[in-house]
Amino acid sequence: MRKWVPEFISLPAFAPALLPALIAGIFAGSFTGQAGAGEINLKVTLPQINSAEYHRPYVAIWIEKPDQTVEKNLAVWYSQKKTDKGEQSDKWLKDLRQWWRKSGRDQAMPLDGVTGATRPVGEQKLSFVEGKSPLGNLPAGQYNVVVESAREKGGRELVRVPFTWPAQKAVTAKSSGQEELGDVVVELKP
Amino acid sequence: MKLQTILKSALLSLAIGMSASAVQAHGVWITSSSSVLSAPQFVTFDAAASSVPFIIDHRPLVIDALSISAPDGSKVLPVNVMKGELRTVFDAKLEQTGTYRLELLRSGFRANWKDAENKPKRFMGTAEALSKEVPADAKELKVTESINRMENFITLGKPSALKTTGSGLELVMGTHPNDLVAGEPVELTFFVDGKPTEGVEVEMIRSQSRYRNKLDEKKYKTDKNGKIKVALQEAGLYWLDADFKDNKVSNKLAAERSLAYVLTLEVLPQ
Repeated sequence: MRKWVPEFISLPAFAPALLPALIAGIFAGSFTGQAGAGEINLKVTLPQINSAEYHRPYVAIWIEKPDQTVEKNLAVWYSQKKTDKGEQSDKWLKDLRQWWRKSGRDQAMPLDGVTGATRPVGEQKLSFVEGKSPLGNLPAGQYNVVVESAREKGGRELVRVPFTWPAQKAVTAKSSGQEELGDVVVELKP
Repeated sequence: MKLQTILKSALLSLAIGMSASAVQAHGVWITSSSSVLSAPQFVTFDAAASSVPFIIDHRPLVIDALSISAPDGSKVLPVNVMKGELRTVFDAKLEQTGTYRLELLRSGFRANWKDAENKPKRFMGTAEALSKEVPADAKELKVTESINRMENFITLGKPSALKTTGSGLELVMGTHPNDLVAGEPVELTFFVDGKPTEGVEVEMIRSQSRYRNKLDEKKYKTDKNGKIKVALQEAGLYWLDADFKDNKVSNKLAAERSLAYVLTLEVLPQ
């Protein structure tokens, strides 16, 4: 972003149309230049569901590009125990249908720093730091955080929260699920 | 007696393969308990001929010619085969990563003629048997060669690329058959003997037709590049049937070749 700035300045004919972009460019440049690693903090609420037989949901959380291709896998929560029939529990990973089709099936489970055990009802906090796995380096652009939840003998739901990276200042974005997911809050820090 | 004859002819047509009209009368199909897997496991199958796809109401399918190919090309044998009154059941253990292909290829010759007393006669079987069974004085003899291919695809983990054989009627999909999602249109190209072919008639019927008043079948015809574009608006199982006729017979006894292709597709929600 920063190296674009001198080019804009040397082309005054473009200035009126590009002024907002120019300003944004200067700010982005100065902030990313000064600040340390950006952060993405997530709060994902798994709602209380009254069910005779409740099982914790399988959940996949990832960052996708506007064309819905997967940019980064952030978290996958699933049971890693064998079932009572001795089957591997990744038998049910395909129920995270969209994640499975777009990313899961292309990799060998478990994913280091991504996969983990299922989580209980309530607000789950996750923190991801630029430059560190699993976020690593995220090129500047528009993205969605996607949370997909699938529950045994229950339903499935996807929640998308759009965001722009890198953040110019601390910002919060939120979306909510209807049934299987509660609030999904994305906090960005520059 | 009459019922017996009907059953006998139904069985024969199943064993040998079906003409286009018979396919319309009784569609053949194979369904799997899953088409997308994330771990090695058994999958179970139903195979039948019925009045409407996926509704079990007529006869079991003879699966003697069934071939199950693993992603590495090796063969998997069906186990627990049970031929019921209304449908055939079998299981297969899928253990390799990639796409498994089930193929049921049935071919034969069908002859209709009138004997010396002008009584209609018919025969279905191999070319050799046909030349023995049909008398030299057969009147109004009409012989058709039929080649019917049924396919099912099941993917464990990452899908693998699919190959065609270059013989008979085949389908190449723009989207992998185990990658279909409601609302995403898909382009289909039909090949006859390895060449994209115009004029292939295609019909698609979504599952669960018992629970709606319209069959809601969709009909298509391939363009000069052998293509059709299909909108898969709703999730569910889809029965795809394609038919084509030409005169590229493998034995001069027959005047016409009738090609059919049947595929079951699973479309998942977004």
